[in-house]
Amino acid sequence: MTKSELIDAIAGRGELTKARAEMLVNCVFDAMTEALQRNEGIEIRGFGSFTVRPYKPYSGRNPRTGQPVPVPAKRLPFFKVGKELKELVNSSRQFAITGGDDSDDDSDDDIIEDDDEDE
Amino acid sequence: MTKSEIVQAVYSRLGGFSKKESAELVDLVFETLKETLGRGEKIKISGFGNFVLRDKRQRQGRNPQTGEPILITERRVLNFKASQILKQALNPRDNMVVATAVTE
Repeated sequence: MTKSELIDAIAGRGELTKARAEMLVNCVFDAMTEALQRNEGIEIRGFGSFTVRPYKPYSGRNPRTGQPVPVPAKRLPFFKVGKELKELVNSSRQFAITGGDDSDDDSDDDIIEDDDEDE
Repeated sequence: MTKSEIVQAVYSRLGGFSKKESAELVDLVFETLKETLGRGEKIKISGFGNFVLRDKRQRQGRNPQTGEPILITERRVLNFKASQILKQALNPRDNMVVATAVTE
């Protein structure tokens, strides 16, 4: 599901115009982004919580050239799945995972970062 | 920030919705996200991030407290991958420039 599909779903179920549903969805994610920018965590009961984690600077490497690259200190958002959603997701194993691959968006990892494949 | 503060943002910024309607609509957004993930469908919110599902095989783990080996059953897990835009929003100075420079 993409953001525009979410907007369509909300418009349908909430009996809103698409324009209103779009404003709503944007407002929700904007408010969350602003909270994270203030270094404030977000807690949504039954869904999960977002926190901001500080990372120290470290020396990374360009995987293509092997050249060392300094990675500055940064803050990254971290999501912890809520118990209810965790259980819901696990019980969805009967269905195949759908929704396309993860690469056709703007969230590609920093090329110089290690990919934390498995936690 | 709690859900009620998101409701407040919707109520005061959008206008035209009562407090009750705002609360119901915010609930609807999270319910829809939950139901979607609950049927095995990933979610991509451009500008914010992706909620990604992954199937994990059964594996051998360890109780970190006691060191005792335990079997971790196969499971499906949810991960959040923040979008580049969100990461940059949290790091306002030009400290993402390095990453960009390498890609070019």
